[in-house]
Amino acid sequence: MSAFLTVDNLSASIRGNIRQRVLRSVSFSIDTGEVLGLVGESGAGKSMIGKAILGILPSAVEVVEGEIQLDGHNLMAMKQADRRRLIGATAALIPQDPLTALNPSRRIEPQITNRLVDILGWSKRDARLRALELLDEVHIDNPERVMGSYPHELSGGMRQRVLIASAFAANPKLVVADEPTTALDVTVQKQILRLIRELQTRHETAMVFVTHDLGVVSKVCQRLSVLYGGMVVESSDVPAFFGGPGHAYSRALLAATPKYTDPEASLLPVDEAVIAQVSGEVLAADEGWRHGA
Amino acid sequence: MLDGRGTLKRRAGARLWLSGIWLGVMALLALFAPLVSPHDPLTQDLFAGRLPPFWVEGADPAYLLGTDSLGRDVLSRIIHGARIAFSVALVAGIATALVGSLLGLLAGYMRGWVDVVISRLVDIWMAFPPVLFAILLIAVLGTGLTSIIIAIVVIDWTRFCRVVRAEAMNQSAMDYVSSAVVAGRPRMDILWREILPNVLPTIVALLTLEMGIAVIVEAILSFVNLSISSDAPTWGGMIAEGRTSIYQAWWVLAFPLGVLFLTVLSFSQFGEGLKDRFDPVLR
Amino acid sequence: MKLLRAILLRLATMSVTLIGAAVVVFFVIRIVPGNPIAMMLPPGASEDDIARLTAHYGLDKSIFEQFVIWLGGVFQGDFGTSISLRQPVMPLVLGRLPATMELAIFALVIAVVIGGAMALTGVRYRATRTETAIDVANGVGLSIPDFLWALILIVLFGVLMPVFHISGRISPSLDLPFVTQFYVFESIARLRFDLWWDLLKHMFMPALALAIPLAAIISQLLKQSLKETMHLDYVTLSRTKGYGENHVIVSEALPNAVLPTLTLIGVQFTFLIGGTVIIERLFSYEGLGNMAIDAVINRDLPLIQGIVIVFALLFTVINLIVDMTYALLNPRLRHA
Repeated sequence: MSAFLTVDNLSASIRGNIRQRVLRSVSFSIDTGEVLGLVGESGAGKSMIGKAILGILPSAVEVVEGEIQLDGHNLMAMKQADRRRLIGATAALIPQDPLTALNPSRRIEPQITNRLVDILGWSKRDARLRALELLDEVHIDNPERVMGSYPHELSGGMRQRVLIASAFAANPKLVVADEPTTALDVTVQKQILRLIRELQTRHETAMVFVTHDLGVVSKVCQRLSVLYGGMVVESSDVPAFFGGPGHAYSRALLAATPKYTDPEASLLPVDEAVIAQVSGEVLAADEGWRHGA
Repeated sequence: MLDGRGTLKRRAGARLWLSGIWLGVMALLALFAPLVSPHDPLTQDLFAGRLPPFWVEGADPAYLLGTDSLGRDVLSRIIHGARIAFSVALVAGIATALVGSLLGLLAGYMRGWVDVVISRLVDIWMAFPPVLFAILLIAVLGTGLTSIIIAIVVIDWTRFCRVVRAEAMNQSAMDYVSSAVVAGRPRMDILWREILPNVLPTIVALLTLEMGIAVIVEAILSFVNLSISSDAPTWGGMIAEGRTSIYQAWWVLAFPLGVLFLTVLSFSQFGEGLKDRFDPVLR
Repeated sequence: MKLLRAILLRLATMSVTLIGAAVVVFFVIRIVPGNPIAMMLPPGASEDDIARLTAHYGLDKSIFEQFVIWLGGVFQGDFGTSISLRQPVMPLVLGRLPATMELAIFALVIAVVIGGAMALTGVRYRATRTETAIDVANGVGLSIPDFLWALILIVLFGVLMPVFHISGRISPSLDLPFVTQFYVFESIARLRFDLWWDLLKHMFMPALALAIPLAAIISQLLKQSLKETMHLDYVTLSRTKGYGENHVIVSEALPNAVLPTLTLIGVQFTFLIGGTVIIERLFSYEGLGNMAIDAVINRDLPLIQGIVIVFALLFTVINLIVDMTYALLNPRLRHA
């Protein structure tokens, strides 16, 4: 059985400069209902992977090699318009910053229902009922009022709930959550995480969860891939990983995660020797890649 | 991003060069007009009226760009017209820059009632249609080069005033001004030695734009027959005259129009190019 | 409440500006040399006749007295009597204003259509040759004023390819059933599309000349703010929803990118109306601007005053309308 989403040997480079890779031969796969964590420091390319899958890479970056299979479709071989429609119908994004991810000049209702009506051909009435149902699912008390509000009238946590509702509205089979709690207050983060987990379980969605926080991974994901310099350093099951990571960099990353139980522990950044080792691996991968083409 | 900046810079460089060359050639022609023009711009020859330019049948090669209805050489009139156009551009441009920038600096730096009075004055000025204002002023002042220059200054000082005022306000908020204030230096000293040098690039870029506008205003006034004497070779006057015989002799209108077009375009592009050059972000 | 206070404040500054404009015009034109009364009488008129008419137009009083009388009249809607046309100024100005407004609005529509289309095309094909071409066109359009565009259009489409009319407002041979001066609107209301078409063919060249610089400004600014908006998260999010690029640009980015352009259009529209003065002259279009130039040439003081005040009023009202539209369209301000 092939997995629901397969990313195979994916490389992306700065446009016009193929040698400057931001993703280095990345491979992984996810089954339905499974949550994969993509972990790394900022700049490790973890968000780029999610963007590549959804086809929203910044214009300065282009995929130069590799394949993405979504629900049996080869995304790289599709025309842009077809690909967008397929993504719109089967996948969804929970964005990082709820403050900028809602259109400020539109009310909330159309921002949840527009995909249902325009892309999936629902009736306006059905879409509205579905939106109310979803807002209820994300524990918004007064869905009717929120639907008629403008984004600036809602708090950050409320907006993220709306975005989660919007993401799950079309029953997507794949959700990419791109650091969905980073921009939120610590007190709200936990509620939002629990909410995402809750909806993911209920809808049996496959999920790519991008984060820099290993603590979050341990709560939400079943498997994880650790990234450095756009390269997968280690892939593992979550229990096995926290039992003892295989790669020196993963160990260093785990050690660098602050623990509330042990305030005396070192908060030092990752050791220089480890960085040297993993950077060497990245360089070696580039040497082998395309034989220096 | 590096790439984008590179092409942008190259494009800015190209237009700075092209417009600079055109303006330089026109300025030289204006300077040496009596030496380089093949004919006297005022000499009429009614037997050689409406001769077409050299490549059209029936042309006289002595008149490269043809003659107007009174038999005057179009090329010579364009060259002598450049003299008037460039004199107006230079004098009116600089005078407008001086008046407008001074008021703008005062308003932006002194703030308070000075700013209120000057800004209100700008508002009042902006409520007049500029062309109507210009024609009105010429009617009051009488025709002639001096009147045109005065009219341009009176109408267009607001352009400098608004931009320089905003710029002076920005600069006043900067730390180097605060430290000069703390050091106890007199206000006027700070205005001249600290703020003015930083606003100067903006003023220079605006000045070239203003010179292009001055050329246009002169042409419009000549066109409405309010500029100098109707006999003098001005581009606007030639255009007005060419328009009346447009179906019989298109070249009388087309050539001065083309020259005017390129000159105005060059002034504006030169100013834009300078602005990019001065912009520290792009440099 | 806040909005109301802002509007009242704007009305106050508006009246200061208008009164200032009235003062400037009134005193500037009193310095005009040459006696307008002498000009309107046939040669050989006696000193006595001139003195009588001067008194009739109130020109024998002191300048200050004249100003008070004139301003008093203005507040009652009486702008005095035109010296050259020997009719009250008010109806003369109001009779010509619709022609100018129709021309200006038509030009505005053309500018918005061309500028908007260029901005959208430039964003749709950003970072390609198409965008470069649009940038160059914007640069040229911005640098060349309406006066020169008008002349170029006259040469190109009036003479070389005579497709459009380059003189007048409507063909003189036509029978005009109009009771108002708003010919374009009235021809539509009367379903006389033959007249409507003739009017448009006359208006197209002058309107296009007025529109080109504004179109370039709109195109430049709208394209820039669209490109900035295209990087925002909600635009990216709408791409993942399955929308095509055209829909993303038009329905997601455009509504948020359009506000700065709208403010700019307001200011630029007043410049455009200022431009009608010379453009109407070039195309012999019987509007207010054309009348203004005649008034200056004839030293018709009351008429000049009236026209300038009407222009000034128009400008300030347009600015006010733009500010209010801005407040209405921006949901943040509306609900504040």
